[in-house]
Amino acid sequence: MNVETAPALSDPALAASDLDDLGLGRDDYRTLYHTMRLQREFEERVYRLFRQGRLVGAAYAGAGHEAIAAGSAYALGDADILVPMHRVIGAHFLRGHTARDMMCQYLGRANGPTAGKDGNMHCGNWDHHIVGMISHLGANIPVAAGVALASKVRGDGAVSLTYIGEGGSSIGDFHEGLNFAAVHRLPMVLIVENNKFAYSTPTRFEYACENIVDRARGYGVAGALVDGTDVRAVYKATRDAVELAREGGGPTLIEARCTRLLGHAQHDDAFYVPRDIMEEGWNNDPVTKAENLLLERKYFTREEIDGIQEEVNGIVDDAVDYAEQSPLPEPEAALQGVYAD
Amino acid sequence: MPPVTYLEAISSGLREEMERDESVFCLGEDIGVYGGAFKITKGFLDEFGEDRVIDAPVAESVIIGAAMGAALMGMRPVAEMQFADFITCGFNQLVNNVAKTHYRWGAAVPLVVRCPSGAIGNAGPFHSQNPEAWFCKVPGLKVVAPATTYDAKGLLKSSIRDNNPVLYFEHKGLYRFPRIREEIPEEDYTVPIGEAAVRREGVDATIVTYGKMVFHSLDAAETLAGEGVETEVLDLRSLLPYDKQAILESVRKTNRLLVVHEDTLTGGFGGEIAAVVAEEAFEHLDAPVRRLAAIDTPVPFSPPLEQFFLPNTEKVTAALRDLLAY
Repeated sequence: MNVETAPALSDPALAASDLDDLGLGRDDYRTLYHTMRLQREFEERVYRLFRQGRLVGAAYAGAGHEAIAAGSAYALGDADILVPMHRVIGAHFLRGHTARDMMCQYLGRANGPTAGKDGNMHCGNWDHHIVGMISHLGANIPVAAGVALASKVRGDGAVSLTYIGEGGSSIGDFHEGLNFAAVHRLPMVLIVENNKFAYSTPTRFEYACENIVDRARGYGVAGALVDGTDVRAVYKATRDAVELAREGGGPTLIEARCTRLLGHAQHDDAFYVPRDIMEEGWNNDPVTKAENLLLERKYFTREEIDGIQEEVNGIVDDAVDYAEQSPLPEPEAALQGVYAD
Repeated sequence: MPPVTYLEAISSGLREEMERDESVFCLGEDIGVYGGAFKITKGFLDEFGEDRVIDAPVAESVIIGAAMGAALMGMRPVAEMQFADFITCGFNQLVNNVAKTHYRWGAAVPLVVRCPSGAIGNAGPFHSQNPEAWFCKVPGLKVVAPATTYDAKGLLKSSIRDNNPVLYFEHKGLYRFPRIREEIPEEDYTVPIGEAAVRREGVDATIVTYGKMVFHSLDAAETLAGEGVETEVLDLRSLLPYDKQAILESVRKTNRLLVVHEDTLTGGFGGEIAAVVAEEAFEHLDAPVRRLAAIDTPVPFSPPLEQFFLPNTEKVTAALRDLLAY
């Protein structure tokens, strides 16, 4: 994949690309589906805890983004670095954060990844090669470029994978980070999760080009436009981009189209999203699509799928119990950790 | 070793750290073939190659953000702001991303941002500022501002070796200031972050200052010494953390305090020092704490305007006389 051959949305080559020939086996599909299902279940529970007044702070969800989270992070190797945003908790799970970890994070517990210093999806963990996001979307694109710069200079072969919404693609850091990565041919992959709304703002007020991936040509990087509700398509695009980056081909801009199936956060009922868009979104629910694929292809039986659902329910129940029984931080712990030793 | 300038001391400190530690590298605008706008990295590209002397696009946010990413990976970036004024374009990266990372999820971000600051004669509102106070209220950052050639090198080395992000303010008016050319040790040395230095001892009043204003303060002290007044001049060297004990000790001895900085008055770092002395040494004061700083305007361009704007030896002397007359 290079700039000239980067597919556009209307490119039949994309539709024809053989997603059945990805070399994925039953275990791979199980992991991908399990991750998507866990993201959906976990975040539904987070929303419920919020309504019950049991959550601390705000609740965000990536409903509609599960295929992007799982498909992209699954394309990484152990040494690669994940620089996530808030709609890809599934990517955290794949990199080693457990449901218990993330529930403790949501509930502000002392044993969560940030020990209560920050909430919800704002956590990193260097043991798992996860860089913590900050609320200012786009700010971590330059950081992902710096991570990739270190890998390039040291020749360690690692790739950084980061994300932004189509909303965050408007901010200056998107330009600065992608341009810097392009100029230095850095091993970085940037996925734009285009879910059609930046909070309440529709795409027509966000950008004037036809596709965000059209910008790839302008930056001199490879580009790919994928159906972000198709976990295999996301996996393939990311894997190709990671391979290109590892070979010294520089960054890739991937636009993954999806629909945000809920509001921006728990407090937002998304009244401004036209009914047809929401219906189309639910008709293309990535979790259901993955499930149907697995059943149609007979990779799994109905009973096996139900078994995964039960397993996931158990993991989330356990995470809630564990987190609610976990200690809150001591107040004085607020003083700790401002500086490294 | 012959005497060197402040600029040469910064340059040699950076070079020695790059020789000592392979993870140290430079990133900034025009630092490669051009050697930096002020020539701090002159010759570095030939010496260290383009993987370690990286010319960045004109984009301060990615310079600082990418430095953070590389620092997370275990490298020790030294990012150059071509002028300290331009750091505003990377403000979010510094105060929200870099500064809060260790507190939030425990990852160290060992990086240095070099900031050529201060007025050097009619460079106008965008090439003359002293923006240090914006960062002195950001937990997680460290801020240093060396005044002497010895300190310039020693503090740069400490900043690079520190496991935290350090903003290193180098005053452009000191780069080639003949008065501070000095012989510095050939062997490796550092100056600890957070320790002030007494530049002149005295018993009648204390001036707390930093950067180029150290020299205007010393000259004012010298003038008044001719009149029998002994002024202590304390050079903070580090602003975050700053040496509170040294300030309090001096004020308890002299009972009068003048704070001088080249940054503008309102919200300047002098306010913090005045507040701490009011809180912790009030009973030792024989006069209200006095602050002398630039006036609360943008840095104006034309010579008479700029001279009116900036503190200088005459103004420090007058402020000191006022303080002593109270």
